Formats: sequence, C-alpha cells, structure tokens
Amino acid sequence: MPAAALIEAEGLAAGYGGTPAISEVGFTLQAGQTLALLGPNGGGKTTLLRALLGELRPLAGRLAVTARCGSVPQTERSRLDYPVSALDVATMGALSGLPWWRRPGRSEREAAATALARVGLGELAGETFGRLSGGQRQRVLIARALVQDAGVLLLDEPFSGLDRPSSEGLEALIGDLAAEGRGVVLATHDLEQARACDLVLCINRRQVACGEPAGVLDDLAVLEATYGGAIVEIPGGGRAILPPHHHHH
Amino acid sequence: MLEPLSEPFMQRALAEVVLLGLAGGALGCWVVFYGFSYAAESLAHSIFPGLVLAAIAGAPLLLGAAPAIVLAAAAIALVARIAGVGRDAAVAVVVTTMFGLGALLALAPSSPPGIESLLFGDVFGVTDGDLIAAAALALLVAVTLRLLHGRLLIAGFDRGTARSLGVSPAFADAALLILLGAGIVVAVQGLGNLLVVAVFVGPAAAARQLSERMLPMMLLAAGLAALAGVAGLYLSYYAGTAGGASVALAIVAIYLVFLLIGQLRGSSLPRAGATIG
Repeated sequence: MPAAALIEAEGLAAGYGGTPAISEVGFTLQAGQTLALLGPNGGGKTTLLRALLGELRPLAGRLAVTARCGSVPQTERSRLDYPVSALDVATMGALSGLPWWRRPGRSEREAAATALARVGLGELAGETFGRLSGGQRQRVLIARALVQDAGVLLLDEPFSGLDRPSSEGLEALIGDLAAEGRGVVLATHDLEQARACDLVLCINRRQVACGEPAGVLDDLAVLEATYGGAIVEIPGGGRAILPPHHHHH
Repeated sequence: MLEPLSEPFMQRALAEVVLLGLAGGALGCWVVFYGFSYAAESLAHSIFPGLVLAAIAGAPLLLGAAPAIVLAAAAIALVARIAGVGRDAAVAVVVTTMFGLGALLALAPSSPPGIESLLFGDVFGVTDGDLIAAAALALLVAVTLRLLHGRLLIAGFDRGTARSLGVSPAFADAALLILLGAGIVVAVQGLGNLLVVAVFVGPAAAARQLSERMLPMMLLAAGLAALAGVAGLYLSYYAGTAGGASVALAIVAIYLVFLLIGQLRGSSLPRAGATIG
C-alpha cells in the first residue's frame, strides 16, 4: 500500500468572504515531490498557499493535508530593523508546539540551532536577521519551518531578488530537503526553476494545467492562459515570463 | 546628592518615576515596534475629560481615567467602521472631541483651580494609592510581557505568517493596547496628560539605537526611563522646574544622546522593506 499523499486537492475552491479567488484546483503531492506553483500576481497563488495552511476553509471541493505545512514567506515581508538574531527567528518555529504560558527554552533553542546548521547557517546563528543577505534570510525562514517540523514547505517566490550563486545554493537545499521525504510547494515566476520541479501547477483564478514540467511548460496555450500575453520567447530557445510588477510590501 | 532623599515627598516621587519608568520603558519597546506611538499619544489625550471629572468630584484620577480610556477605544473602533473614515481619521476625530470636552469642563467657571496639574502632572503630590497602582502596573507589565514574549515577537516580526506559527496578530495587538491603556491611566497622575507619552516612546527609541536584541533593549529602555525619572526629579528639585516636564525633558535629552551615539557608530539596521541581494 503506498504511503498517503501529503496533499490531495480535488475540485478545490477557496477565497475570502464567500467569493472564490481560485476554483477547480486538483493535484496530489507525494512525499519527496516538489511542485512549482505558477500564476500571475492576483491569480490566486497566495490564496492557495493560505488554504494549504488551513487559514482558509475550502468553499467547494476537497482538500486533505496530512502533514504540517510550514510557511516560508518572502523575506521582504519580514522586518529587517527588528531586534532578533537568526536563532531567535528559527526558534519562533517551536512556539506553536508549546502551551501558551511556556516560553521557548533550551531544548527549543537547540532544535533551532540544529535547523540553522541544517540549512548551512550554523556559523551565523548569532547574527542579527536584518544584517544577513537575502539568500541567508530565506534559509533562516526555512530553518524556522524545519523547527516547526513541517512535512510540507510552502515557499513564496524564494528566489526573487537573489543573485545566481545564492539562488543555486537555495535550489540545492530545497532539493535536499525534498529528498529527505518532505513535500515542497514553490510559488515562482521563473520557468527555469519550475522546470526543475517534479510537478507544475498553473493557476489563474482557476486551474489551467497540472502535470510534469515538460508537458505543461512546453504548451504555449497553457502559458498564455496562465499569464495572458506576458510571455516572451528568448532568442536561442526557451521562454520567460515578463517580470510582473514586483510588489514590495 | 542625598539631601533630596530626606524629603518624604521626594522619596514618593522617586519611587513613582522609577516604577513608571521600569514599566513604561519595557512596554515602550513593543509600542515602538508595533507602531503604536500615535495610539499611545491619542489614548493619553482622550482620557482628559475623565481626569477633569474625577478632579471636580474629588475622586482618585484612576476612577476617571479608566472609563474614559475604554470609552475612547470603543469610540475609535466604532468611528473607524463608518465607510470612508480611515483609522487615522477616526482616532483624530475621537481624540479632539474627547480633549475638547475635557477642556470645556476644565475651563468652566465652576471648576476648581489647579486643573493644569492634570495636563502636566503632579509628581510631587503622589498618594499611597498612586504608588500602589504604579507598583501593580510594573508587576502586571513584567508578568504579561514575560508570558507573551515569544508571541509578541512573532506577530511583530511578520504578521502574515504569525497565524501559521500559532499566533493571532489581533490577540497580540489587543494585549499590547490593553497594557498600554493601563500604563497610561496609571502614569498620567505623575507625568500629566500631555507628557505621559514620553515615557512609553522616548526610552525605547533611545535603547533601539544601541541594541539589536529585544530583551536587552527592553532592559536598557527600562533602566534609561528610570534614570531619566530620577534625573528629572533632581533637576526639578534644584532648579525649581515643574516635575513632570523635567522628567519628560530628561527623557528627550537621553534620546538625543543615544541618537547621536547611534549615528556616530553608523551601525543602524536597514529599514524595513529594504532589499539586499
């Protein structure tokens, strides 16, 4: 008998105030798989991530999430002027497992230090979060999700704003974490990153396509339905999505 | 240096400003990072009519301030729900209404003289009741901040992800605002309606210049606030200046010194939203 899927969605609709922002979403994520979530800004990527986190109830369809989901937001959304170390941020992941009157103690901080070492930041545990580079901050937030004991990592555009080496290092880390049996959902605008995943899910207020990268990403009709006209052919082969208006919060 | 300590009124004033400083400095760090400085200022001004009514009735100021702050908070929540009225505007409308009402009452011919002590505080006139209230506040702030430290840290860091980490940002906001309201209601007796906000913002803003961790920042701010209180009272004792205003000035002076040190070290953290590759 195969192990239960980490996430199973079928005819899923979710949204705010009873109005669906996404509908007809169906996919299955198995342990060890990575899924790229493609879609325009406002197309419902964030809504789907929030539904997976259990913050939005399905308005229709079925959603079964059998593992804890850990949210890894864009680091620009967190405050860089905040008085916390990398270790403090990673330790935040331990809090949901504690009763409300207990503060994270030694064992929680040890778990956080172990997670930081796992993402390659053991040396920088004591550094102030706002002084780390963008790629390092992204790793700290992944460590926080590991401390949460997340079986599924939900990453929101983890590569945005990173230079090539940081980006490649992060990609390798995500691959390693998946190889350990975690599921990874990765919202992205980068078709090359999407191609490196096991599955690609395209949504634009409803599901446009879901499947293996080759089948989905090579179908121009799918990309046009996902992004409208915002696709360019790159000379020498390949396609890219025109950078959307980057939203800095 | 020790001469003022022999005066009972000075002993009580010192105890009052140290207790208020410890509570206000520590709480102030959260006020600053949650962006509640304007709320602190507004809540302080909106309790003015309650203070005036209590003074006219000869009742403890706490009895006037507490209902007034609850009324102001409810009014702000209500006005902000009217379509087209933003939260900022709602606060401004409610605060000016409340403060104007207080001024009308205070300036009425039948009102007793000495109302200006409500505006600027009467730190040398603190009663035993005031001291007990200040001690209770310091204890409440210390216990609550210790219990909620991890949760406040999460919600202040990234509201969007807080819920997935088991923390409700609305709960964190509410806990802080209730503590802030309690702090203002208690501190207003000593520091006055116009100056009370200084103790909740100044020391924290100063400590922020030198500290990059929350707990040391809170301890530093609490120490600075207590120090400013003592320094202000000594200034008042020897220079004959008003007590509450002297404390507020000492807080501002400390803030300016720390701002200068921070600038000279040139080590301030990047502002929120800045992106580094």
